[in-house]
Formats: sequence, structure tokens, C-alpha cells
Amino acid sequence: MATVTMAQALNTALRDALTADERVLVFGEDVGPLGGVFRITDGLTRDFGEQRCFDTPLAEAGIVGLAVGMAMGGFRPVVEMQFDAFAYPAFEQIASHVAKSRNRTRGRVSLPMVIRIPYAGGIGGVEHHCDSSEAYYAHTPGLKVVTPATVEDAYWLLRDAIDDPDPVVFLEPKKLYWSKQDTDFATRHAPPFGRAIVRREGSDATLVTYGPSVPVALEAAEVAARDGRGLEVVDLRTLVPFDDETVAASVRRTGRCVVIQEAQGFAGVGAEIAARVQERCFHSLAAPVLRVAGFDIPYPPPKLEHAHLPGVDRVLDAVDRLQFDDVPDVRHLIVGAA
Amino acid sequence: MSTISAKALRRSMQNFLPSLAPVRFVAEDGTPEKPPPGYRAPDDALLREAYRRMVLGRRFDTQASALTKQGRLAVYPSSRGQEACQIAAALVLREDDWLFPTYRDSVALVARGVDPVEVLTLLRGDWHCGYDPMAIRVAPQCTPLATQVVHAVGMAEAMRRKGEEGVAMALIGDGGTSEGDFHEALNFAAVFASPVVFFVQNNKYAISVPLARQSAAPTLAYKGVGYGVRSEQVDGNDPVAVLSVLTVAVEHARAGRGPFLVEAHTYRMDAHTNADDATRYRDAAEVERWRAADPLDRLETYLRARAVLTDDDIEADRSDAESLAADLRARMNIAHEGDPLELFDHVFAEPTPQLREQRALLAAEFTAQED
Ligand SMILES: Cc1ncc(C[n+]2csc(CCOP(=O)(O)OP(=O)(O)O)c2C)c(N)n1
Ligand SMILES: [Mg+2]
Repeated sequence: MATVTMAQALNTALRDALTADERVLVFGEDVGPLGGVFRITDGLTRDFGEQRCFDTPLAEAGIVGLAVGMAMGGFRPVVEMQFDAFAYPAFEQIASHVAKSRNRTRGRVSLPMVIRIPYAGGIGGVEHHCDSSEAYYAHTPGLKVVTPATVEDAYWLLRDAIDDPDPVVFLEPKKLYWSKQDTDFATRHAPPFGRAIVRREGSDATLVTYGPSVPVALEAAEVAARDGRGLEVVDLRTLVPFDDETVAASVRRTGRCVVIQEAQGFAGVGAEIAARVQERCFHSLAAPVLRVAGFDIPYPPPKLEHAHLPGVDRVLDAVDRLQFDDVPDVRHLIVGAA
Repeated sequence: MSTISAKALRRSMQNFLPSLAPVRFVAEDGTPEKPPPGYRAPDDALLREAYRRMVLGRRFDTQASALTKQGRLAVYPSSRGQEACQIAAALVLREDDWLFPTYRDSVALVARGVDPVEVLTLLRGDWHCGYDPMAIRVAPQCTPLATQVVHAVGMAEAMRRKGEEGVAMALIGDGGTSEGDFHEALNFAAVFASPVVFFVQNNKYAISVPLARQSAAPTLAYKGVGYGVRSEQVDGNDPVAVLSVLTVAVEHARAGRGPFLVEAHTYRMDAHTNADDATRYRDAAEVERWRAADPLDRLETYLRARAVLTDDDIEADRSDAESLAADLRARMNIAHEGDPLELFDHVFAEPTPQLREQRALLAAEFTAQED
């Protein structure tokens, strides 16, 4: 056991994958000698050679398109997009080829590749460096979408993603890169790919969340517990495939649900989750499913991000509105009347 | 940081610059011309084979266009007039090479040996490309412009890194060279020295938009120069020249000397697709003028004069072409709808629980309809 950061866990996962399978390649912008702007690929070129981990020219569509061709040619590319908003030039390649190749070849051309994207905010980043872009990918059939919330999951989910026969968009919550956990990766405790996990048990309400919002949910549950309220926290881990079973089982048990995401709320992943919960758990629900999300604004500047990011208070406020005393939630009525 | 000397720059540019005029072996009237140094005429056997393939290709093309009128194809982009390019692209590649075609390149696929019905699978309105790309080393025909060019570089890199000798060839149109992916591909290939050939069929139009509104480059071949890609331009309606230049390009790539860009000056004789009305944007006189540059007529005259092609040969080729067309008609006339339940099967290697649910839902709908 050692104290490991999420950044180190990701680096170890890449190392172990490079060692385990010679088809694995790592490439992108500044991932070579520099080790990536977040140092996730630190030392890989030194230790595995320029052939296995290398810098490309600056062009995101080019990087992803190159990975498509190399995956067709028998490799397992793991590419890095430097930041969330800088992956947008690659979107055509991702939506039209990465996601569709297997389907449009009737299963003959599979693309086992991973697109790693440092994403979301909370690190005081300037514009274009803090986007929560998960909905774009999750909305695209043919992509698996992953976002780890713990150090251990960062390691195992990345290993799973690299071994997966399908393309995976691997979203790394930037603000958790320096989070720590005492762990080693000798034995796996993490659930299988595609399964959510109950991070904390509670019987009064379920908080469903993922990636950067998991620590927020856990903290909220801690505070609520002091007030005698038991909040269960479900960490989705993979947005696609989506684990309806674990989510529904929890909500049926607690009868109440708040979905938490850092991304802007409108048409987001949280909306999908709320709809699914409501479709599956209607008769178990004692209150409407509520969402706590970022506002529908472009990501704010560093000094104002605290106002935007869903924090513990906003989560607890939502929990309070879950009609524990049979008091109807009138917030939307009031807003509508204004 | 030292800058490159003018002399070194000039020498380095020489490595990349295309010829001042398109490389040509045969004039429009079929008479031989003196090609620039460095290019060899293909041997007669190859030219004879190219002629045969062009006759078959053109017949395939007219048959496919006819099938759209009968509703057997959803859409067909004809390559009539571009047969020299289509056939040469297929003939210069070996079995272990890869081709990355566009929607316009069905004739090249047929020449590469893909079953004609499979070639038309997407165009008949199916959801998949029909053939097995891995088996025949032809990527699915690509519609999002220029995106396939980057894949070709990736495949070329894969082959190079595995120590294989294969070359990847990307086909692209004149309009496609305006897209960012084309430029990214050229740059990547040059930096990595990838064994890839970029083959631009400049047929003068991108749907309705003429070349002059597409690019102000001296010719599209010059787009390679800034990236350090060896570039050449060729008369795209001279099959002898296209074969010769593409052979040099493929050899260059295979020898590890990096990427090669070839621009073929040709012309799209038909409308963009059967659904397009070309009279809205170009004169009949212009099309008429290009009829004189027909690549089949040109090769026929040239080969007859060299006694490589006889009346009997031509008769045999035409008869083969009719058989191909008849076979295609017969097989395309078998109604084909596809199984809607299969739509769920190849989204992922294993369907997600949600896809399984949706598949069952659709299956239940069908069962209910049958009852
Ligand atoms: C990214 C993208 N934008 C637009 C289109 C629509 N489109 C299809 S073909 C075409 C013209 C392409 O012209 P060119 O590259 O010259 O090829 P040609 O059709 O002449 O063979 C356009 C605009 C497309 N397929 N992909
Ligand atoms: Mg064109």
C-alpha cells in the first residue's frame, strides 16, 4: 500500500498496459518528453521508447483520425486530447468514424482505441480549459464513455478501456488529478466495466453522480448524516454503458433521488438519468427526481467558478426539497410565476 | 536557431515541386507525347489490362446510374470520365496495400476486386459497406469529406511500424482538399514519413462549386509543397500517364521515402449524382469540350496504333462488360430490405443492456404486427 494520486494511477495504468500489450501506443500533443501538460504520460517515452509514446503535430482531428487508421492496422492507440474544449476539432472524426466504424462495416472493423480527455473545472482554469463535454460523447451511439472518481477507478477503468474492443472516451476530472488514496494495483477491488457502485449507503435518498461530482456528493452525505439523514451515493463510473440496475435498485430502496453533475444542466447526462429513474422507479418515488447541475452558461472565469460549480450546499438544498415532510416543492412554481 | 539558406531551400523545394505542366504520355488524339524525365511508360500488357478494366468500369458506372432510375439504388455518384484515375489507382496497388476511397470511387473498388454488388451496398441504402474491409484492404467508401485521408496515414503508419511493406492510398476530390483533415493528413504524413499516396482527382467541381471558387493554389498539387510532401500533377484523362505517375508515387512511398501527392486533372462528365442537375451551373459546351478528352477513346487509339489492341480484343472486352452489367442487374433486382433487428447488433462488440431492451421492443412490435 502506498499513497497514490489519480495522476499517478493513470500513469501506472498506461505503463502496465504498454507492458502487457505491445499493440498499445500512446500519442498526442506534448505527451512525449514533457509527459503531457498534466504529466499523465510522464516518463513513458523515456521508458518505452519513442515508438510507443510519441508527440504528434498539433491537430486534434489528425490525432484521432490517425488513431482510427492505426487501430484498423492492428494497434491499440491511446490518444490524449490536451483539454476538453480542444477535443472539439476531432468531433467529426469521433462522431462519424470512431463511433460508427463497427456498425458501418457490420462488425468487421472494430476500433479498440481510447481518447483520454482531461475535463471539467474546479482548477481555476481560463476559458476553453474547463468544459464538461460528456453529454456530446454519451449522446453518440457507438462510444463508451467513462469518468473515474477515485484513484483506484482511474487505474482499473483505464486498463479496462484499453482492453475494450470498442472505442472509449475516457474523461479525466482535472480537479481530481491530485486526489490521493492509499492503494496498490496488485489486486482488483473495482467492479467490472459498465457497473456503477454504491460509494456510501444510506436509506433516506439516493445521490446519483459521476466523475468530479462524486466527492461533492460524498461530502454532502457526510454533512447530512450529522443531521440524521442517510444519503446513499451512487457513482456511475461508466456513463455508457449505463448501469440502470444499480441506480434503480438504490432509488427503489430510498424512494428519493437527486442527480448531480457539474456540467450545464440543459439536455445533459443528468437529464437522462432523471428520466430513466422516473421511468423505472415511479412507484417507489416519494418526490420528484431533482437535478443539481452547473448553470446554462459558458464556463465562468476562474474567480467566479465557485458560483457556478454545484457544491455541498446546493446538493443539501435539493435534498431538503425532497418532500420529507410532505411539503410540496414549489420552487419551479415560484420561478414560473415570476 | 539557424534559418535555411536560399540555396538549400531551392534544393529542398525541388524535391517537392510538381512538374510545370501535367505529366502526359498520350495527347488527346491518342498520339504519343514525350513525357518529362523520371517517368516510364507502363508495359503493354498492363496497358492492355487497364483498357479492359476501363471498359468494364464504364459499363459498371452506366449500369449503376441506370439502377438509380429503377429505384434499385438510393443514389449513385458517377465517375464517368475519370476511368483512367479509377483504374490506375486500383492497378498500381498490391494485395498488401490499402485503399481509402470516397463515395465517387466505386469503379476503383470494382477494379480492385470487390464484388460489384457489395460495392453498391451503401449506395443502395444499406447501413453498412457490404464487403469486408480487412479482407480486401479497402476501407469503407467515405462520405465526410477528407476524413478518410487521415485514416490512410494511420494505416500507413501502422504498416510501417509493423515492418510491413504495404502502402496506403487515399483518394480525394478537388473540393475535399479544402477541408482541414486533408491538410492535417499531409502534415502528419510528412512529419512521420509515412508510406502513403494522396491521390487527388481534380474533376473541376465540388457538386456545383467550380475549382476557381475552391482554391487559389497554382494547382492543387502545390498544396503538398508547403508540408514537405513530394507532389506531382498528371493529365488525369491519359491512362498511360496516370499509371506511370502513380507507379512512381507508390514506389516512392514503399521505398520509405515518405508520402507522395498526385493531382490528376480530369473531369466529371455526369452530374454530381443522379439527383443533381448540372445544367444549373455548367455549360453543355464545356462538357462537350471534355468529351474530346475521353480516356477510353484515347487509350484505344494509342493501343491500336501500337498493335496492342485488336478489334477482337475490343469485342471481347465489350462482351465481358455486358455480362458484368447483366449480372449486376440480375443481382440488384433481388429485393433487399435488411433485418431491422440487426441494427442493434454492431453498435458495440456486445450490445449494452439498453440496446438489448430496445431490440426486444422492436422484435415485439413486429410480432404484434404479424398476429
Ligand atoms: C464534411 C462534408 N461536407 C459536405 C459534404 C457534402 N458533399 C458531398 S460531396 C461534396 C463535394 C465534394 O467535391 P469533391 O471533393 O471535388 O469530390 P467529387 O464529388 O467531385 O468527387 C459535398 C460538398 C460532405 N460529404 N462532407
Ligand atoms: Mg470534384
